[in-house]
Amino acid sequence: MARIGIFVCHCGTNIGATVDCERVAEEVAGLPGVVYSTAYKYMCSDPGQTLISKAIREHDLDRIVVAACSPSLHEPTYRAWLENEGLNPYMLEMANIREQCSWVHTDKEAATEKAIRLIDMARAKVAQAEPLHAMEIPVERRALIIGGGISGIQAAIDVGMAGYEAVIVEREPTIGGRMAQFDKTFPTLDCAACILTPKMVAVAQDKNVTIHTHAEVEEVSGYVGNFDVKIRLRARSVDADKCTGCGTCWQKCPTKVPSEFDQGLGPRKAIYIPFPQAVPRVPVIDREVCIHFRTGKCGICQKVCEQGAVDFEQEDIIIEEKFGAIIVATGFTNFDASAYGEYGGGKYENVITGLQFERMVNSSGPTDGHIVCPSDGREAKSVVFIQCVGSRDKSKGVAYCSRLCCMYTAKQALLFKEHVPDGEAYSFYMDIRAAGKGYEEFVRKAQEDYGVQYLRGRVSRVFEHDGQMVVRGADTLSGSQVEIKTDLVVLVTALIAREDAVDVARMLGIPYDQHHLFTEAHTKLAPVESVTRGIFLTGACQSPKDIPDTVATASAASAKTLALFNHDFITAEPLIACIEPSLCSGCMACSDSCPFGAIEESEWTDPSTRKKVKVARVVESVCHGCGNCVVTCRSGAPNIAGFSNEQIFEQVEVA
Amino acid sequence: MGLSVPACEIRPAFTDEVEQVFGQRVSECYQCGKCSAGCPVCVDMDFPPHQILRGLQLGMEDVVLNSRSIWLCASCETCSTRCPQEVDLARLMDVLRQMALAKGIKAPERDIPLFHSIFLSSLRRFGRIFELELMGMRNMRSGHFFKDVLLAPGIFLKGKLGLLPPRTRGRRGLRRAFAKIRDMERKTP
Amino acid sequence: MKYAYYPGCSLHSTAKEFDMSTKAAFRGLGIGLEEVQDWVCCGASSAHMTSEILSHVLPAKTLAGVDRDAKGVVVPCIACYSRFRITNAALQEDPELRAQVKSAVGVTYEGKIPVVHPLDVVVNDYGLDAVREKVSKELTGLRVASYYGCLLTRPPEINSFDDDPENPTSMDDLATALGAEVVDWPYKTECCGASLSFTRTDIALRLSHDILTMAADEDADCIAVACPMCQSNLDLRQRAINRKYGTSFDIPIVYFTQLIGLALGIAPRELGLHLHSVNPKNLLKKKALA
Repeated sequence: MARIGIFVCHCGTNIGATVDCERVAEEVAGLPGVVYSTAYKYMCSDPGQTLISKAIREHDLDRIVVAACSPSLHEPTYRAWLENEGLNPYMLEMANIREQCSWVHTDKEAATEKAIRLIDMARAKVAQAEPLHAMEIPVERRALIIGGGISGIQAAIDVGMAGYEAVIVEREPTIGGRMAQFDKTFPTLDCAACILTPKMVAVAQDKNVTIHTHAEVEEVSGYVGNFDVKIRLRARSVDADKCTGCGTCWQKCPTKVPSEFDQGLGPRKAIYIPFPQAVPRVPVIDREVCIHFRTGKCGICQKVCEQGAVDFEQEDIIIEEKFGAIIVATGFTNFDASAYGEYGGGKYENVITGLQFERMVNSSGPTDGHIVCPSDGREAKSVVFIQCVGSRDKSKGVAYCSRLCCMYTAKQALLFKEHVPDGEAYSFYMDIRAAGKGYEEFVRKAQEDYGVQYLRGRVSRVFEHDGQMVVRGADTLSGSQVEIKTDLVVLVTALIAREDAVDVARMLGIPYDQHHLFTEAHTKLAPVESVTRGIFLTGACQSPKDIPDTVATASAASAKTLALFNHDFITAEPLIACIEPSLCSGCMACSDSCPFGAIEESEWTDPSTRKKVKVARVVESVCHGCGNCVVTCRSGAPNIAGFSNEQIFEQVEVA
Repeated sequence: MGLSVPACEIRPAFTDEVEQVFGQRVSECYQCGKCSAGCPVCVDMDFPPHQILRGLQLGMEDVVLNSRSIWLCASCETCSTRCPQEVDLARLMDVLRQMALAKGIKAPERDIPLFHSIFLSSLRRFGRIFELELMGMRNMRSGHFFKDVLLAPGIFLKGKLGLLPPRTRGRRGLRRAFAKIRDMERKTP
Repeated sequence: MKYAYYPGCSLHSTAKEFDMSTKAAFRGLGIGLEEVQDWVCCGASSAHMTSEILSHVLPAKTLAGVDRDAKGVVVPCIACYSRFRITNAALQEDPELRAQVKSAVGVTYEGKIPVVHPLDVVVNDYGLDAVREKVSKELTGLRVASYYGCLLTRPPEINSFDDDPENPTSMDDLATALGAEVVDWPYKTECCGASLSFTRTDIALRLSHDILTMAADEDADCIAVACPMCQSNLDLRQRAINRKYGTSFDIPIVYFTQLIGLALGIAPRELGLHLHSVNPKNLLKKKALA
């Protein structure tokens, strides 16, 4: 026989001002199974806890109802107290008489009646509750880090430093990501390569870290603490163990194609490393443009390699490994400006993107640090930056602000003025977003010390005439139309999710938003955790962010990972499904409807026939207790612990 | 240039009135200026297009409806095509013109509404435009007696300017239609 | 192929040559055109600038009388073309407007008659390959700057049949198919000030002057147009522009249908080329096209 205690919280005036808590406590005292009920100002406080503990002991309660705020706030609190008193923590039911009652009604009489009904429903449910026990899951203490940019590198360093294994899987032939493409970084004007390469070397030498470049994650299955991952190590056509990185092969290679790293402003060879400080310094053959792979001829690289490292027969290798946590650091890409026909991106050579400008101004870039007009190679004497190309534009681009373009535009304009002191630099902006440390001062410096001319207004059109680019914009501060003739136009494009972000999300089983940015568990309080336990998000794949924020989230994600690794076992909530085999027909419809892949085929021996039959079985550690299977099954075989059919029906009865 | 009124009284009622007819919220405009940047007649206007919209956001009825800007708009649709917030500014200009006329406001660009009324008067009677009458009436009523007079003989001699009004059965019912439309528009606030 | 045909007011007067050349060119290509009975003016700028309902009633009245079996109505004047398409879109979406139209002028029209521009018909329906086959006199050496104006590409969701409204190419592709040399210039869609042509002629002159200047800068022999308003501003007022700005432009402004006609070997007189203000005779003689 259940012995239920009901505790009604005033929550100060939050509940108390609308619901007559004292009366509620009186009325519910007479409900079936209730042996004690009371009201108190702040149930979650220490005195509140004492009240509950005392009541449990004095009245020999075996389950309780707490009528208060939303369970998402204090359910764990009350569970912990039950455990303290030696009761099973799942013998608790909360009635939300705040968010779902006092906060949404003004009629006191009606709200009080509703509160009583809600408590009665909770009472009916908890009367049917069974003790449940949390499960223990073993943890494989190895982290998979998808992406080898600054974000992934930092995460790997943190995990490695804590003494655990980390594996970086990077799609490009080298780690380094976007940061390797930058020249100087704001607001300190540190050279990106100078601050990045030491980290690249450190992570490469870390004995706890394994780096796979020119590789991709192909398949992920399993669950937190136990992910099974297939990684494809794509064939470089070069034996990494033999290669010394001397560079003879790529010097001699006859094939030139536009370099992706240099954003098409300079060439690379068919056998190549993306940039001089590449880690590992082992080239890759692009089989689509390599003469040998296309026609069977050439093969010069193999001939000149003194180590005999070039291996045309090399094939992809698939490896399978187990990981306890996955850190997603897949980064971003840039909005394609050709969507704006009026800006001429993709049509005029002297209309370039921010990343192209970055490659030009970089002294080890395709133009040796000279800012030139791509059309004829002449030195650019003037540049116009057009901000928000694709950002804050719901008609052709994305509605959001890309957060860091105002800063890198100021930086690029400043660098231009440094390179070309007698040159002219303009920037068309709508608002300046410079909220970071030292950021506002930096933008002021660009304007005050370096004379970059800022014009507040968008640009309507860019076209070419008489060898120059003509930019027609507005300056709303003076209320005028502005026409500027310039050598170079830089389109400051939005930062967006990569084209295959959705594929990656689906492979991992994590949600993404309408912009294909990966969704965090809570925007404010859990920004580096995905909704799926054990998978963490870092860097721009979750939302556009600058380097300081990226490094911060990388360390945050590693901290979460290390918290996971710190235990031999982790616990999982027992509020999961269980399938009663005697009711199961083995149709597996539940498996089809399970979004987590938590139901598998199994065998069960029917005691009445002694025959083995096919039934469905829940993989407990993967199940999230969503209830899809319960709804799908026609036979009523599945049931959710803590939300059983019996409990729900009782609630409905008294409602 | 600019919204040079001594003190700005923000009147939400006017904003609401316009939004009712226009069907879009003027608050969607974030004053980026791309419309003004590409407007071919911006330099001729007293208030550039984005400032007309700003006037609407602040409910500055007198400034907006008495402006030259709304009449000088050439309906080239460049603004609407390029607006990142998808505000149909070209259509909004139509709405403001119609509102100004309905409120009996005397446009500072006198000739323009005058021309439209002569055009429509010709259309109402003949179903098609009678150019000779159009140009003649326009010259008379605007006081620019000799406007385009030099052009006339040229096109007349090439047989491009009819001496007589056009004839079409399509004109039947147009007078009645015009009257009905006037009634319909008077009823809608 | 057979279409209904709506010339509009200006094609019966100041833009007579557009009417003549469209009919001649289409005849030459073998596309049938039948003028709509009892059509009325589309209302042009004056209607939509002063009365929303009137701006839809006028096109609806004409379109309601078009044969439902027709493939569509060919409308050469871009202003008319634009108003018709805007009305079609509005009537399809707004039942209250449909009721207002019915009440005003007694017609039930749901905005479903397809309205097409002759350029669209030639380039997309008829096809440039088919045009090429019919060309008997290539326009070799003629440098043509194609001027689309405003309403052929804007608003893009209603009017444009080109891939990129910011950089249309249908007229350029047609010129190439006719053997002419295409001038790639940045003023393809800049406004000429047509709606202000009679009321603020000074503005129209300025805008048209800028267009002529750009065409001259790019060494165009002529400017091809698809709209009678644009043609009028650039041709009829070219002399006034020269007087006002001290320029000496002598750039013939030809309808693209006249170019088609010339390439098909049709006599210039039949295409109305003698009716232009800026006489194309010398240019045609120089390029051995007439």
